[in-house]
Amino acid sequence: MSLAQTVADIRRHGDWSRLPQAIPFARMLKLRVDVRGESFTSVLPYEPSLIGNPLVPALHGGAIGGFLECAGILHMLWSTDAPSIPKTINFSIDYLLSCRPQDTYANVYMVKLGKRVSNLRIEAWQTTPDKPVVVATLNLLMR
Amino acid sequence: MQTSHGASAWSHFLSVSPYTGRMGIEAISAEDGGCVLALPYSPELVGDPDSGVLHGGAVTALIDTAFGFAVFFRIQQFQPMATLDLRIDYLRPARPGAKVYTRALCYKVTPELAFVRGCSYEEDASDPFASCVGVFMFTAGQRSFGEQGKSA
Repeated sequence: MSLAQTVADIRRHGDWSRLPQAIPFARMLKLRVDVRGESFTSVLPYEPSLIGNPLVPALHGGAIGGFLECAGILHMLWSTDAPSIPKTINFSIDYLLSCRPQDTYANVYMVKLGKRVSNLRIEAWQTTPDKPVVVATLNLLMR
Repeated sequence: MQTSHGASAWSHFLSVSPYTGRMGIEAISAEDGGCVLALPYSPELVGDPDSGVLHGGAVTALIDTAFGFAVFFRIQQFQPMATLDLRIDYLRPARPGAKVYTRALCYKVTPELAFVRGCSYEEDASDPFASCVGVFMFTAGQRSFGEQGKSA
């Protein structure tokens, strides 16, 4: 089954928990999605192998960055009828706080949904959504 | 590509990070003109299963790691630091199946900050698929992983 067929099937059944399974990188990170009504949260479950600096210890900046880009794409597949994965034009990450060795959550705000380009703001948090640890901007080329 | 002496002297910084080890990131070379790190292609790092193109998140890990490596090489010691920001422009998709490289240069250091730029490519650094810049902030903390960085 192609990704487009898998995504269409997930949409038809509303079974969003299968979405991360459709993307190998999301599967490797063991990403989960938590959909409640109009809210879509991606979850990066903590694993020791996500640690970047064992002395702090803190999650690897690259792991969190990759998680946020993935969360943006998963949100795009959930919130639109995009047939396939949009291409990333650019991705800008601001690290506000060190990420502790615990589960990390990401919420996505669609700043602009365009025919050619969409702009997403992604916020990662660990304790409460109003205390983000990392924020990112993702520009996607729709196709 | 053989690992250069300069890179092997510094590559223990890669082995202390579990995530870097898990991704299979390798140090290739370390010179004044820049440090090169590599990420071997793996099917589990794919973002789009129809095309086989690596997920941007895998490239992000390589870039963040290469940037940190470039800072340590520039200051010739390990100093605890955190990524402050990172920006990646994707010029084109990475070629499916190819090992990817990031060349990173730390071009300015202040007492608090380090500024890095670089690009990612398959074989030819003059034909990159991604261009990137980042800023790192030095933090307080333990300065050694047990072995101080050797000069290259």
